[in-house]
Amino acid sequence: MVDADVRLGLSGSDLAIRDKTFHSALTMTPGTLEGISHRFLDVIAEHGLREHVLDFQNCNGIPSFTVGAANVEACLQLAKDACGYDLLSDCFGVDRLAFKVAHRFEAVYSLYSIPHADRIIIRVALQLDEVCPSAANVYPAAVWPEREIYDMFGVVFSGHPDLRRILMPDDWVGHPLRKDFPLGGEEVEFSHNVREQEAN
Amino acid sequence: MQSNDVMAERTSTFPAGIEVERHHDADTGADTMTINMGPSHPSTHGVLRLVLELDGENVVRCTPHIGYLHTGIEKTMENLSYYKALVLTDREDYLSNLCNNLAYSLAVEQLIDVVIPEKSQVLRVLLNELERIASHMLWLGTHALDIGAMSVFFYTWQDRDLILEIKEHMSGVRTKTSWICPGGLRGDMPAGWYERVESFLNQFPKRMEMYEGLLSNNPIWLERTRGVGVLTPQDALDAGLTGPSLRASGVAWDLRKSNPYSGYEQYDFDIAVGQYGDVLDRYRVRMEELRQSYAICRQAMKRALAMPGAPVRTNDRKIAPPPKAELDTSIEALIHHFKLFTEGYHPPVGEALGSVEGPRGEKAYYVISDGSNRPYRVRIKGPSFYNLQALPKMCEGRLVADVVAMIGSIDIVLGDIDR
Repeated sequence: MVDADVRLGLSGSDLAIRDKTFHSALTMTPGTLEGISHRFLDVIAEHGLREHVLDFQNCNGIPSFTVGAANVEACLQLAKDACGYDLLSDCFGVDRLAFKVAHRFEAVYSLYSIPHADRIIIRVALQLDEVCPSAANVYPAAVWPEREIYDMFGVVFSGHPDLRRILMPDDWVGHPLRKDFPLGGEEVEFSHNVREQEAN
Repeated sequence: MQSNDVMAERTSTFPAGIEVERHHDADTGADTMTINMGPSHPSTHGVLRLVLELDGENVVRCTPHIGYLHTGIEKTMENLSYYKALVLTDREDYLSNLCNNLAYSLAVEQLIDVVIPEKSQVLRVLLNELERIASHMLWLGTHALDIGAMSVFFYTWQDRDLILEIKEHMSGVRTKTSWICPGGLRGDMPAGWYERVESFLNQFPKRMEMYEGLLSNNPIWLERTRGVGVLTPQDALDAGLTGPSLRASGVAWDLRKSNPYSGYEQYDFDIAVGQYGDVLDRYRVRMEELRQSYAICRQAMKRALAMPGAPVRTNDRKIAPPPKAELDTSIEALIHHFKLFTEGYHPPVGEALGSVEGPRGEKAYYVISDGSNRPYRVRIKGPSFYNLQALPKMCEGRLVADVVAMIGSIDIVLGDIDR
């Protein structure tokens, strides 16, 4: 869970509210592909990739399919060529540290189809230090956002044309959007005994 | 001969503080030099740094460096309650505050499953279109200023200021109002507000004529913009371009039409689409957008004025605070008020996307809830971040003087890029 150092940056009252409500055992109920019919699923079934879809979620009306790093490039290529998702609407990372799930990071590709006015999310489940194949060959627009994921979460993309930090300075240590990155980064004064306080 | 020596001497010494790197390619015999444009450069619209490799006046390579305005807004929002995080949405893209408010509110409203009153939908549309006009006014003024047409800037600034006064009248704040919030609007419009909007709208078509008169047929303007920075539809999609910049390349995509939100499907308006994808087309598309925004404002005004006294915020006391007067008489109201502002609400575990057509393109907030009173993750999709990706493609092989025209034409805001 979240290390005590992370909490040093939070003020006292904020901390109390967070602790009361923050579930230490958040589980994501794995979605099932049973009964789900979607153009994308039909297309990848034709190419024998359907069993590689690890999870399905309905994100308030947007279908989201989770795949492993090995299949992401093929899935994105099929989504673009065969399903008409021609625009990479957004690409970002998520750190699942507080969730009880098998993976640590997610790279989320939010795709949009201009002819069909339709959205789909394809996400890659990644372990800590697992390398993700870059989507830049399929969607060139992913070059900068993948740099941002690398910068903010430390996820390395293989085959990326220009993997450098993008927002943080080049000599920065750490990845700020990770959940175990300290908020504030400076120790709060008079907090030397915060661990003992918490233990009590 | 002598004048050549003088020229050599002049070009070899640069004022202190300007670093110039020179390269000589032995194979081709080309001499290039690398210079920094920005981060403090008036025509980079903020703190954008471009490293330009120049062969004489021609740009060989352009490498944008961003992050000078990175303030970690996404991280900060993860550590604030949903209600408090709203004010940060005003502060990322600081020229489209109300559009950001709306995108965030749409995402949170999906998570907490709240239905908002009809009048707040109408006012959201009205405020968003006013915001679009204000943002495009700033774009028009600075874009023209970059290219050398200085006077346009003074006129557009007047119009933008009128909209800032409209916002000030509504909220007491000129730019960062946070007036659109999950659950509706913060409050109804005060007395005299509609008259102020009306008087702004009454003079606006005349102003548009004046801007068109200043620029649209101006030979210098046409010379500087026509055929400059051309992006084909495929180039634009590859870079992830959205908004007017994408439409100028001939791709007819506008979220207000394709995925209507806040009741945009009830309004009668058109979207402008360009043909050539050059700087001039991006100018023309935005000018037409201003006219369409004006038409939407007129329709929204009519609807809003037909609903005097209607609620503008949900009645759900878990989401919106009770009216101030109730606090004196009702203990429940007091408890609700206290709970809302100390703890906030707890959306169920889930994810939602709120996406609106902002002045620069698709503004999207992706909010992940872990069931606590704070968003687990907020992703802000800044359209300028993707729009800027197209810049190297546009300016390579072009003159360095055209770079400012191209930066202006994609209408970037560094707060939107760096967040």
